[in-house]
Amino acid sequence: MKNIPVSALIGLFFTALYFLGAIFAPLLAPYGMAEVVGDVWEPSSADYLLGTDNIGRDLLSRMIYGGRTTIFIATVATIISFTTGSVLGIFAAVAGGWVDQMLSRFVDLIMSIPTLIFALVVLSVTPVTVPMLILVMGLLDSTRVFRLARAVAVDIEVMDYVEAARLRGEKTAWIIFREILPNALSPLVAEMGLRFIFMVLFVSTLSFLGLGVQPPEADWGGIVKENKDGIVYGVPAALIPAFAIATLAISVNLVADWILNRTTSLKGGRG
Amino acid sequence: MSEPLLKVRDLKIGATVYPPGEKPHDIEIVHGVSFDLMPGKVLGLIGESGAGKSTIGLSSMAYGRGGVKITGGEVWVNGRDILKSKLGDIRKLRGGEVTYVSQSAAASFNPAKTIMEQVVEASVEQGKFSRKNAEARARALFDKLGLPDPDNIGSRYPHQVSGGQLQRCMTALALCPEPDLVVFDEPTTALDVTTQIDVLMAIKEAIRDTGVAALYITHDLAVVAQVSDDIMVLRHGETVEYGDVNQIINEPQEEYTQALVSVRSIDHEEKAPTEEPVLSVRNITARYKGTKFDVLHNVNVDLYPGQTLAVVGESGSGKSTLARVITGLLPPREGEIYFAGRTLTPDFNHRSREDLRELQMIYQMADVAMNPRQTVGTIIGRPLEFYFGLKGAEKKKRIVELLDEIELGEKFIDRYPAELSGGQKQRVCIARALAAKPKMIICDEVTSALDPLVADGILKLLLNLQKIEDVAYLFITHDLATVKAISDNIAVMYKGKVQRYGGKTQVLTPPFDDYTDLLLSSVPEMKLGWLEEVIANRKMESAGN
Amino acid sequence: MNPVVKLLAQRIALSLLLLLMISVLIFAGTMILPGDVAQSILGQSATPEALANLRAELGLNDPPVTRYFQWLFGAIQGDLGTALTSGQDITSAISSRLSNTLFLAFWAAVIAVPLAIFLGLLAVRYKDRWPDKLISAVTLASISIPEFLIGYVLMYLIAVKLRWFPSVAMINDGMNLWQKLNSIALPVAVLTLVVLAHMMRMTRAAILNVMQSAYIETAELKGLSTFKVIWRHAFPNSVAPIVNVVMLNLAYLVVGVVVIEVVFVYPGMGQYLVDHVSKRDVPVVQACGLIFAAVYIGLNMIADIVSILSNPRLRHPK
Repeated sequence: MKNIPVSALIGLFFTALYFLGAIFAPLLAPYGMAEVVGDVWEPSSADYLLGTDNIGRDLLSRMIYGGRTTIFIATVATIISFTTGSVLGIFAAVAGGWVDQMLSRFVDLIMSIPTLIFALVVLSVTPVTVPMLILVMGLLDSTRVFRLARAVAVDIEVMDYVEAARLRGEKTAWIIFREILPNALSPLVAEMGLRFIFMVLFVSTLSFLGLGVQPPEADWGGIVKENKDGIVYGVPAALIPAFAIATLAISVNLVADWILNRTTSLKGGRG
Repeated sequence: MSEPLLKVRDLKIGATVYPPGEKPHDIEIVHGVSFDLMPGKVLGLIGESGAGKSTIGLSSMAYGRGGVKITGGEVWVNGRDILKSKLGDIRKLRGGEVTYVSQSAAASFNPAKTIMEQVVEASVEQGKFSRKNAEARARALFDKLGLPDPDNIGSRYPHQVSGGQLQRCMTALALCPEPDLVVFDEPTTALDVTTQIDVLMAIKEAIRDTGVAALYITHDLAVVAQVSDDIMVLRHGETVEYGDVNQIINEPQEEYTQALVSVRSIDHEEKAPTEEPVLSVRNITARYKGTKFDVLHNVNVDLYPGQTLAVVGESGSGKSTLARVITGLLPPREGEIYFAGRTLTPDFNHRSREDLRELQMIYQMADVAMNPRQTVGTIIGRPLEFYFGLKGAEKKKRIVELLDEIELGEKFIDRYPAELSGGQKQRVCIARALAAKPKMIICDEVTSALDPLVADGILKLLLNLQKIEDVAYLFITHDLATVKAISDNIAVMYKGKVQRYGGKTQVLTPPFDDYTDLLLSSVPEMKLGWLEEVIANRKMESAGN
Repeated sequence: MNPVVKLLAQRIALSLLLLLMISVLIFAGTMILPGDVAQSILGQSATPEALANLRAELGLNDPPVTRYFQWLFGAIQGDLGTALTSGQDITSAISSRLSNTLFLAFWAAVIAVPLAIFLGLLAVRYKDRWPDKLISAVTLASISIPEFLIGYVLMYLIAVKLRWFPSVAMINDGMNLWQKLNSIALPVAVLTLVVLAHMMRMTRAAILNVMQSAYIETAELKGLSTFKVIWRHAFPNSVAPIVNVVMLNLAYLVVGVVVIEVVFVYPGMGQYLVDHVSKRDVPVVQACGLIFAAVYIGLNMIADIVSILSNPRLRHPK
């Protein structure tokens, strides 16, 4: 453990902090999420550490609950994106032939439109609920994981040790889980961090555009949207959730970077 | 006696290494090397990988590749210490006084520029010749180096000429500015033997005719013996032996040099064919999916139990394709394979477990033939478990036996491939193949990625194991010395056909067909004057025709 | 046929095919999913007769394939249909907004591309020294920050506190170029920052990749100066990767523009799209989606065409 660089430690610390905050939100938040407690846009005070929002709710409480929503949505969407993408990606690489062609061309097609635009098109006809958001985000993003997983698996697939296992007569399941997966895991885990950041940014952007989490539920992007008009009057309330998004993303990025560096130095397996 | 052109004193070179899980730190890779090179002479630097020979060569241009830094000593070129020179002066030296020929000309030429632009660039840049004169010089050099169409080849792009031709273009590039010293860094290593001999002769004549001095870096002592006046043997960044070529080749003093000189002199007596071959390849014709030409044409060979069939050929001869056909990775278009008395199914996916077990394979690159996430124990243990259902203590006992057989021992059982040296990795791969108790093992260039002495060890081990386990080898290689050392039967392959086939003595005894003659005579011999002899013989033959 | 011409033709055909598939996808995506356009226009309280009338009027009773082809042929001829919510002609509504968006994206690209390439080169020149480290730290930060945060921070500091530029990017035909530029200064700055980081990082990687080639060592060993090594040997081989990087990031700009237009209330395509997504105005969303996809596919195609043209192996076949 002593080999962890300082930047990764900082990243790990803040990531843990945010996740704990999300889990214990009801215990930590001083007021209720939708409870109007004061005036509009009160400055920070002993009662309201971060001040109040555009209709007089405690901003700190909303931030804590908002973080819970944002992190929950991003986590579940990442899990969906990740399992779908990596399972299909590795499967495509191992199966090869027309299965691979079909899956890969379909993914190319989806990826030829920017994800946000595609999400907007889909959300224009589907009901905007949290499960729907998670599903749309997770499935759209799984195309990226698919590409990475497939590329990594194809690289490993051509290794002589996989050929040796095939020639030994091993079954496909053994080849996927014993030969390919252990070697593909580290780059995929690092990618998982990046996917999570992307999901946080994605759900925040959607909520900011009014197409994500619907009020009165709070999430960080939504809080920016609610308080953005204050900016013009010099009220920085909208910057606070944006700041939270940025610090969370940077922390996870630092951790992912560290994992990625560790895996690249293992690559090739030379001591 | 005149002043040396290049005088190296107590040269020390360091590098920064980045081991995984540790802090980066500096290590010394060359520990105080000294030598002199007189004008017009050739010094051969020889050693295995990691000996520091390329690093020393490049230090004569005050250049460190990657994170390499010259940390001490003196390098005098034409009477000045270039390690104390300013960068501007060093730039005048590079490409003018001292030039460089690299191992891979294909990578060393800029793909976006014509050959001529690159050959004359240094001459023009250093103000040695006008562009017009430099181009005329380049054309003369192309001619001297035996390149086809010397007047026009310069207007072509690097990818438009062959590897051997590009290596000569690289030599022309180095000689064009009329340098005092050329550093040749393994210039023929990437070439096939029959191409190597021509390039070698071209380089030798060019050195002789231009009177340039050279540092000739290689791992192949037989090659360096043909072109050098002096030889320095290096190991782990230190000088082992330094002397004139005659002394090094004929009276080596140090044990290491003696081993290098006598490398590949393993004696193996040819065995007579027994009655039933374990493997019979009959009328095999094969092509790769989606291509329109056959890479194997009507191939027929036999391998007898407990014996070795060497399949020898250059790149593109189809020798590796033959291995893929036998293993069932590439089902043939025509023909049959009989193995241990039964017909083998063409596609390995449909072969019985017994067939798969009895036919094992060892790969060229042991590095990628083992899963880096599995320990040696797991790697060797899996076939035991898979084919024989061995478990627990029984399995471990057998793994230890196998580790003893490959001369590594029980302490290696929990190591990962990354913790092994090249030779040790290949030994583990051998053990994995043996674990299946096969009747036959295909060895695909198993020694060509290894240093000569390590390769010798592997060959001896394989011969020894053959006696104990009574296993047959199909040995695929481009190296004739290996063939002589290990085979009972030989198949010489050329352009997808078996050119010559029979017992070792028969195949290696004249009269030869043209290709076998060319191939056999092109293999460098550890003997002074060999190159001239071969070239003279060839000239006589062609004059006779 | 010349192999280059053949490859180019293939690449262009592929792009057209891709666009066609995308149009199917966009159309199908808005059809299959639950929700009835007529219902959403008239609301829950509509009578069945009114719904039936509207469905007939909108052609919703035709089979989906017929409707797709009607829509597609209309789109090819420049007729994108009418907006459900306002009854406006979509083509005319989009044309002025599209030119506004392109105006914004154009100026962002004009600033970002040269700056990114310059900074990327700087990072390579001073690899592992402080300029490189600073650049990679800034990059890490800016890819972790949502676009709208950069937008609001700049708005808060520059427009509200310093009052240098307006906080809302109003633009109309009556303004001269200078007034327009003044008005879009902030959104352009934000877009530049957003794209710059990615572009810089990828340019750096692309050039470093080329600088590690053996022919760069050959050039160095010819005694060429660092500048000549880069200009004569690294640059010709970096063109294709750099163009690729630039195009990829301009495509990224297409997405950034959507959010930034909302932040600065800029009358462009992005704002228009977002508005109509909330109003569930499907024909407008389809039209905007198709245009964004076309721009994106077009940029990727240009990148591939440049890399085909700059490949010496293809330009000078054996």
